[in-house]
Amino acid sequence: MTTTSAPPSPPQPKRRVGDRVFAGTAKGSGILILLILAGVAAFLVSEAIPAITAPAEDIPGGEGLAHYVWPLIVGTLLGAVLALLIATPLAVAIALYVTYYAPRRLAAAMGYVIDLLAAIPSVVYGFWGLAVLAPTLVPFHEWAADNLGFIPLFEGPASSTGRTMLTVGIVLAVMILPIISAISREVFGQAPALHREAALALGATRWEMIKMAVLPYGKSGVIGGAMLGLGRALGETMAVAIVLSGGGAAALTLITSTNPSTIASNIALRFPEATGLGVNTLIASGLVLFVITLAVNMLARWVVNRRADFSGAN
Amino acid sequence: MKLSSTTRATTLSVALAATLALTACGASNESDAGTSGGDSAAELSGDLIGAGASSQQAAMEAWQAGFEGEYPDVTFSYDPAGSGAGREQFIAGRSDFAGSDAALDEEELASAQERCAGGEIFELPNYISPIAVVFNLEGVDELNLQPATIAGIFTGAITNWNDPAIAADNPDATLPDQPITAVHRADDSGTTDNFTDYLFQTAGDVWTSEPDGEWPLPGGEAANQTSGVIGVVESTVGAITYADASRAGDLGVVSVAVGDDFVAPSAEAAAAVVENSPAVEGRGEYDFAIEVNRQTEGSGEYPIVLVSYHVGCIEYDDQETADNVKAFMEYVISEDGQQAAADNAGNAPISDSLREQAQTAVDAITAAG
Repeated sequence: MTTTSAPPSPPQPKRRVGDRVFAGTAKGSGILILLILAGVAAFLVSEAIPAITAPAEDIPGGEGLAHYVWPLIVGTLLGAVLALLIATPLAVAIALYVTYYAPRRLAAAMGYVIDLLAAIPSVVYGFWGLAVLAPTLVPFHEWAADNLGFIPLFEGPASSTGRTMLTVGIVLAVMILPIISAISREVFGQAPALHREAALALGATRWEMIKMAVLPYGKSGVIGGAMLGLGRALGETMAVAIVLSGGGAAALTLITSTNPSTIASNIALRFPEATGLGVNTLIASGLVLFVITLAVNMLARWVVNRRADFSGAN
Repeated sequence: MKLSSTTRATTLSVALAATLALTACGASNESDAGTSGGDSAAELSGDLIGAGASSQQAAMEAWQAGFEGEYPDVTFSYDPAGSGAGREQFIAGRSDFAGSDAALDEEELASAQERCAGGEIFELPNYISPIAVVFNLEGVDELNLQPATIAGIFTGAITNWNDPAIAADNPDATLPDQPITAVHRADDSGTTDNFTDYLFQTAGDVWTSEPDGEWPLPGGEAANQTSGVIGVVESTVGAITYADASRAGDLGVVSVAVGDDFVAPSAEAAAAVVENSPAVEGRGEYDFAIEVNRQTEGSGEYPIVLVSYHVGCIEYDDQETADNVKAFMEYVISEDGQQAAADNAGNAPISDSLREQAQTAVDAITAAG
């Protein structure tokens, strides 16, 4: 009987409806995110073009787009980099403590509390910065102007309100701390037990074990987390708008009242009353921020990929 | 920020129940004075759409509450999108009237005349608000300052409270050796525009920047919105700023030099300067745009005021819109309307002669055809 029947065709992959629906939605979602990104980019570019092509004297400030945007770029980068410098070492230390030093129960609770920091709305951070942190830091500003004034960054006169780039940097650092520490905690926790135990078995102290086995392994993760944090700090709007006394020229000073504003907070402050070309100028500055953020992300990806070979993360 | 008119109406109807009750009393008096076509007040219906200056927002909430109490069938909305946006929307025909901190410029006037059926518009200075120069100084509640001194403080030329220029006009005050922190608005605002206009016109030697809604000088302490600048001054000894006079609170208030006198901000002094300011020339019959006389020497006139207009058509395409705009403006310029706004926003009610002047425009509002 078997000989007469047609040879069994190779088993057709049976495509169920569920499979197709799932594949379709997954693919659709992937395409959708690209479309949204492309849509945002297209909107920014098309709305920015009138400002880019307009004669210089029509741009708010009267001296052209580059002159308008430059201080904002400086302010954005200054605040974000300052935040990163403060937050990254702190976040790494927190992550190491939680993963390798803290008692297990405390570690779980701490991880939870740190994640909670990320859930606080930025406007609350802004008010905290304005009402608590800025006045508290005024004496430090005065001290810095008197004692560190020879460093250009700390050149006086010190602000009497504390609403400075330094305060903004600290507020932003607190805001990005949970992002960096959460990712660092994840990668540190995944450091291979074999490596760690081997290091300890060879007589390494706990610090040496971390230095030899954990940090090299987690480096790419920490950098990735830091770049995510940087992205958040670059785009932060409300907290900066509330805390910073902005509107100044592009100057690298941390403790005076005259600070360059940041792109995002400048848009938030000016947009409600802006009309005509003013709106286009603001959107053009938004385009600049878009490009900066994109560059930061690409840089982060490149760094992570470059390090990937050494880390053993793959 | 854009509340839908229904949600706003619900909140307000509770919050301003008292105002509603008051204005309901006023309604019966006005309806016989205003309407021309003989249609009774309660019959108005449809939409009334306004957009523009956010400075008027608090007053507009009071006006809306009062107006809706009087004409419950009219759906009123006001989008505080900003003066410029308000003028644009009105000219484009997307709103029935605009609220604007500045009168229309030549170009806008021409487009607005095209937009309106009969080619004639009204501009009514219906919202007048004194801008106070306020400061935080221990033991000093009031100061007399010359315009040039104020300009010097805000440009950074005068840096200490014991400066001879300040002391000269305040022989009785004990001025401490305290650095001055001059605070200005970080956002684009009509308050800044009027304040810089005042400095530009009265302290030309010291203040050379053209008036602008955005603070024209680099440097200095900046804060967001009125609440922001007031907050900074309240928490910083030695700070000074300019803000809507209703927000001065416990801060020290500057009396500015007018002629040989010093005048403190008050509703009466603000209304007085507006009343005595010259009209912008070459405007239509019902266009009451004024050029605030910053250099006034009249006694009891306070020159740092923000004047915000209502801009609309004398002739609308349809009867419903014309009736609604007319009824609304009628209410806004009425004593009740002005008082309701003043209670809610702390601005200065318009004077009787301004009311009479505005009334001629309101009476003229009709529908085309």
